[in-house]
Amino acid sequence: MTIWNDYQLVYSLSEAVEAYDQAEKPVRFVSGGTDLLLEIQQGSHPAMNTLIDLNHIDELRELRVMGELIFIGAAVPVSQITNSPLIKEHAMAVAEATGLIGGPQVRNSATLGGNVAHALPAADGMISLVAMNATAISYSHTDYSKKNILDLFKGTGESALEKDEILVGFEFPVKKSGEGSAFDRVMRPQGVALPILNIAVWLRRKGDVIDDIRIAFGPSGPVPTRALKVEEVIRGKKLTDVTISRAKETILESMKFRTSKKRATAEYRYLLAQALLEKVVSKAWNRAGETK
Amino acid sequence: MKKLENIEICVNEIDYSLPIIDGEMLSDLLRERLRLTGTKIGCNESECGACTVVIDGDPVLSCSYPAVKAHGKKITTIEGLAKNVGNNGNAYTVLHPLQDAFIEYGAVQCGFCIPGQIMTSYALLEKNPNPEVKDIKYALKDTLCRCAGYPSIIGAIQAASESIVSGKPVISPVIQTSKVGKRMVGQVRRRPDAIAKVTGQAIYSDDIQYEGMLHARVKRAMIPAGILTELDISEALALPGVQAVLTAKDVPNAKTHGLFIKDWPVLVDIGGPIRYVGDAIAVVAADTREIASEAIDLIRFKYEPLPVVSSAVQAHLPDTRKIHESGNLLKHIKVQKGMVSEGFNDADVILEHTFHTNPNDHAFIEPECSIARLTDEGKLEIYVGSQIPYSDREQVAAVLGLPESQVRIIGQLIGGGFGGKEDIAGQIHAAMLTMKTNKPVKLLFDRHESLIVHPKRHATQINIKVGAKNDGQLVAVQTELHGDTGAYASLGEKVMTRATTHSSGPYEVPHVNIDCYAMYTNNPPAGAFRGFGVMQSAFAVESMMDSLAEELQLDPIELRRKNALRVGSVTNTGQVLKDSVGLLECIEKVESALYKKAGPNPFVPVQDPNDPAIVRAWGFAVAYKNTGLGGGAPDKAGAEIELLPEGRFEVRSASAELGQGLPTVLQLIASEELGQGTEQVQVLLSDTDLTPDGGPTTASRQTYVTGNAVKYTSKAMRDLLTSELAERYDVSPEKIEFKEGLAQIDRQEVQLSTISQNLRKDGITPKVSYTYWAPETTPLGKGGDMHVAFSFAAQAALVEVNTITGEVKVPEVIVANDVGFAINPLGLKGQVEGGIVMGIGHALVEDFILEEGRVITDRLAKYRIPSIYYTPEITSFIVEHPTADGPYGAKGIGEICLIPTIPAITNAIYNAIGVRVDKLPVDQEKIVTELQKQKQFA
Repeated sequence: MTIWNDYQLVYSLSEAVEAYDQAEKPVRFVSGGTDLLLEIQQGSHPAMNTLIDLNHIDELRELRVMGELIFIGAAVPVSQITNSPLIKEHAMAVAEATGLIGGPQVRNSATLGGNVAHALPAADGMISLVAMNATAISYSHTDYSKKNILDLFKGTGESALEKDEILVGFEFPVKKSGEGSAFDRVMRPQGVALPILNIAVWLRRKGDVIDDIRIAFGPSGPVPTRALKVEEVIRGKKLTDVTISRAKETILESMKFRTSKKRATAEYRYLLAQALLEKVVSKAWNRAGETK
Repeated sequence: MKKLENIEICVNEIDYSLPIIDGEMLSDLLRERLRLTGTKIGCNESECGACTVVIDGDPVLSCSYPAVKAHGKKITTIEGLAKNVGNNGNAYTVLHPLQDAFIEYGAVQCGFCIPGQIMTSYALLEKNPNPEVKDIKYALKDTLCRCAGYPSIIGAIQAASESIVSGKPVISPVIQTSKVGKRMVGQVRRRPDAIAKVTGQAIYSDDIQYEGMLHARVKRAMIPAGILTELDISEALALPGVQAVLTAKDVPNAKTHGLFIKDWPVLVDIGGPIRYVGDAIAVVAADTREIASEAIDLIRFKYEPLPVVSSAVQAHLPDTRKIHESGNLLKHIKVQKGMVSEGFNDADVILEHTFHTNPNDHAFIEPECSIARLTDEGKLEIYVGSQIPYSDREQVAAVLGLPESQVRIIGQLIGGGFGGKEDIAGQIHAAMLTMKTNKPVKLLFDRHESLIVHPKRHATQINIKVGAKNDGQLVAVQTELHGDTGAYASLGEKVMTRATTHSSGPYEVPHVNIDCYAMYTNNPPAGAFRGFGVMQSAFAVESMMDSLAEELQLDPIELRRKNALRVGSVTNTGQVLKDSVGLLECIEKVESALYKKAGPNPFVPVQDPNDPAIVRAWGFAVAYKNTGLGGGAPDKAGAEIELLPEGRFEVRSASAELGQGLPTVLQLIASEELGQGTEQVQVLLSDTDLTPDGGPTTASRQTYVTGNAVKYTSKAMRDLLTSELAERYDVSPEKIEFKEGLAQIDRQEVQLSTISQNLRKDGITPKVSYTYWAPETTPLGKGGDMHVAFSFAAQAALVEVNTITGEVKVPEVIVANDVGFAINPLGLKGQVEGGIVMGIGHALVEDFILEEGRVITDRLAKYRIPSIYYTPEITSFIVEHPTADGPYGAKGIGEICLIPTIPAITNAIYNAIGVRVDKLPVDQEKIVTELQKQKQFA
C-alpha cells in the first residue's frame, strides 16, 4: 500500500488552495504529518492520493509578536515553540505543553497546527492553547477567518475545519503584568502514549487575589472544554487552602471524566485532576508574581 | 505552480538529484537508493529513534519523513560523521569524538540502535556542546536501546562533549576490571565490531540486498482459536508482481517445527486448528514489499471459531477445551526435598500468597529478518540473525526435505535477542519461497508482526507458602506454578523447569515441594527470555522473604544471610554446592554500600522535605541463576582455530553474538592462551559451513561452554605449533614460546605468518578443532548436580513514590554479581547496566496485554520499554568466586543481572508506602487505590 501517490510542496496559501482544487482526490493538507502518516500506514486512516505539504508557506512558519498579540504559525515545529524565548516569556503553558508532544525527534517535525487539527481531546499543545484562550486563524479559498480555539472541534478526532480550509496559526494576547500560565500532565508508563490527564492554567493576579483564571483539562469529553465551574469558584478569590479545596470539590461536581480501558478509571482521573489543579494553579500563580 | 521534478538533496556533503517515488519515506531513499544502510528501521512507527538522521541541524525520524519533504535540505547520516583524511597511500578515517567515546565507554552492544543514538547525540552537541545529564536525557528520550546501555551512553556523550570543547582526545573511562585479571582475560578491550557499528558499516540481515530479490509477507490468522475451513489465494496470485503464494499444501516434508517439541505448524492447513493470532495461513513472495503486503490482504479464508483458552489456570481446568491432541498440559514439573508437611509442622510462622507475572516482549530493536537464496551449486543459504544457527539448519532441512548439508545458515549481526531469536521466525517460509521461485527472498517482520508472532516471556501464576522458625530459619517452602506457554511448546518446558527449581530462592531449605504446570493456551507462544523462568519465581520468593522479615521483625538482609546458599549447601534438587557460591559476599557488598549511602535505616520511608507527596525507601533482593543447560542435557560446544597465512589466528564457533560481547570473550581467551594480543585474533561466528556448532546461545552458557571450547582449542593449537616447530627447528618444546605475532624458538624469532605459510607449503593447514563437553548433569528428580554452576546476585533499589499520582521512579540501584571471573569487564558492565534497566522496565513499564488471545499491545507505542529517562545511578560490584570448570573460573552473567531488580523495586515500594505489589507490572493507579484504602482504615 502506498501512503500517498502525490506529495506536493506548496509555497503560498493561494498555491495551496489551487493545488487542493486540482488534486486527485482524496487529498489532505499536511504539515508535520507525524500522526497522519502513521495512521495511514497502520490502516486506521484511509490512504490519500494527494498530500499537500504546507511547511514551505512562510506565513505558517512564523512565530512573532504583532502589537498586543503573539502569533504562532500552524506549521512551526513544536520544538521551536518550546525553545522560543518569546513563548517562554508570554505563554509558559504553551512552551511546557509543546515540550511534551511526542518525542524529541518527532517535535522537530510535528506542528501545533497538526496537534490541533487532529482534534484529539487531550492533545497537550491544544489544551495549552485553550487555557491561553487562543484564536485560530484559518484560510479558505480566498479569505482568512478567525475562530476561538474551542470552536475548532466537532467530536473526538473530528475537526470543525472544512476539508479545504487551512489552519494558518494561532494568536493570543501578550503577557501582561500579573499574568502567568502553566501546564502539566500525568502519563502511564505502560500502554498507549496518551496522557491520562493533562491540565493548562492561565491566571491573572491582582494583589493577593486571583483576578481571572482559565483552566482546561484533557481529556474531559469528546471535545475540549474549559473547566468553567472550577474557574468560577477560584475567580476573585485568594489562593488559599479553602479556595483550592472548594475548587477540588467543584471538579468532582462539575467535570465529566470517564474511564478509558487500560489507561485510567474515572475515579483516578478525578483524583489526578484535583492534584494537578493544585500544583498547576500554584505554579501559574508564582509565575504571575514574577512579572516585572 | 510548478511541479517538482526531482528531489534535490545533499546527503553527507554529496548532492543528489533523484526521481520522486510515490509514498517513499526518507529512510527508504537512504537505505534502498543510496545504500546508506547505517540508518536502521526498528519500529517504522516513530517510537524507537533508530532511524534518526540530522536534517538541517535537527534530529528527525527518517522512517516517517516523506522523502520529497527533504527536497532542498542538508542531511547527515551516521555514514557522514567519520572523516576520511589524507590521500592515496596515507588515507585513514578519523572517528567523530562521539563515535570514539561510544566505543570506549562500552555503549556499543548489539549496535542496532547506535546510529540513532549517535545521530541524536550529534545534533544535541552541535547545538549544546556542554549538555548536562538532564539535557542528554531530554534529547535522547525516544531513542531506545534495548541492551539498555544508557549509563554508558550518557558517559560517552559527556566524554565526547569534553573532547569537543577541549579539542583533546576522548578520555577513557575507568572500568572495573577483574581483581585477578591475567595478561588478557579480565582486561578491558574494545569490541572487535565496534568501529563498524559506530560508523554505520555494520551489516544486519535487512541491510543485505540481492539482484532480483523478492520480498515475502505472511498471512497471519489474527484470530486466536478456530478451524480453518476455506482458503482462497486466487486473487493474491493474480496480482501483478506476485511470484508465489504458498499454503500448507506446499510444505514439502515435515509439517511442523520447534526447538525440541515440534508442534508448531509451518502453515495451518484447511481443516487444521488455528491456535493463536500469529499462526501462518499462507506466504507470499512478490517483486516488492508493497505488492506482497497488498497480496496478503487479498488472501481470503474462513474459519469456525473455537472457544479461546486464555490463561494457564483456565487451561488446567478439567473441562477446558484441549488445544493440542495431547491435552493442554505441556509438562507437570515437580521438585521434592524432605517432607514439606513436616517442615510446616515445625514452623513458628507460615505465610502464603499468590503472585502474578505478565508476559513480556523482548522488543529487540532489530525486527526478525531472514533472507534465503540458492547458490549456483544449488545450496540453500539463509542469512539471519539467529541465536541457534544449527537448530535453524536442522529445522529448515526437515521441513524442506533436504539433507542438512544442503542448507547453510549464515548468521548475521543480531540487533538484540534476549532469547527471542531462538525459535524459527521467517527462516522456513523464506526458504520455501526461494525453492519455489528460484530467487532470493527476504522475509522481514515489521514491528507489528514481531510483537504478535514471536514467543514471549511466560505469564506465570505462583502460589507460594513459606514456613520459618522465629529466628528466621526457613523450614519449608511449597509453591505451585502455572506457566502460560501459549499455543506451542517452544522452550516452555525448559523455562518452566527453571522457574520450578528456582522457586524456593537461593536458600537452603530442608523441606521443599513444588508443582509446576506448563500449560498450552491460545496466547502467543512463550519461550526463552533472559531470566528464563527464574525472573518469575524470584519475584514471588523475594517478595515473600520481605513479608517474612516483617512478620518476624527481622532485618530483611539478615534473614537472607541466615538462609543463603553457601559452599556445602544442598539445593532443593539435591545438588551439593561444591564451589563458587558468592551469595554472601554479594549480600555484604550491597549491604555495606547501602548503609553508607542511606544510613542505618534504608528500609524506613523518608518523606521529601520539599514535596510531602514524595516518599522514598530502599528495597533489597537476592537471586541465583543456573549457568548452562543442565538437567541432564548434554551441554557442549565446538570451536576451531586456524593460523591464517597472514599470521592472525581465526577463532570459529557457531555461537551467537547478540550484543553481549561474546567475540571479545573468545578473543581474550584465545589471545591469553596463544600469547597474543587481541589484534592477532579474529573471531568468526554463526556460519554452519565454516564454524563448528557452539550450541544455543541461551542459559547464560556461552562464556562457560564456548569459552572453554576456545580455551582448549587454543591449547591444542599451541601444542600443534609447538610440536611442528620443535621438529623443524630441532629444539625442545620447552624452548618455544608464543608472543604477539611471532614464535620465539630458542633465541630465534619467527613471524607467525612465516610459520603458517611454511606449514601450508608442506601441505599442513594449521587448524585445530575441539569439542568441549561441560561436566555431566543429572535430570531433575535424580538428585546430584543438576547444573554445572550458578551465578548469584544481590541488589538494593531506591524508589521514589508519588503518593498522590502513584508514579514510581527508581533513582538508584546498588548491585553485586558473582560471575566467577570477569573475563570481559567492558561487556560485563553492559550486561549489568542493561539487566538493571530491563528489570526496571519489567517492574514499572512493560506490559504485554492480551485479551482473549488477541494482542492489544501490537505496536511499540503500546508495548513500551524503558527509555533513557529510567536510567538509575548504578553502583556495581563484581564478585568473583571461581567455579572449578569455568574458563578461569567464569560463569554466566547474561541473566542474573536482571532477576533481583524486580523484587528489589517492589520490596522498596512496600517499604515506602506499605503496598505489596503482587502482580507485574506495578500499576500506579492501583497504588493510589491501595493508599486510599490505607487512609480509610487508618
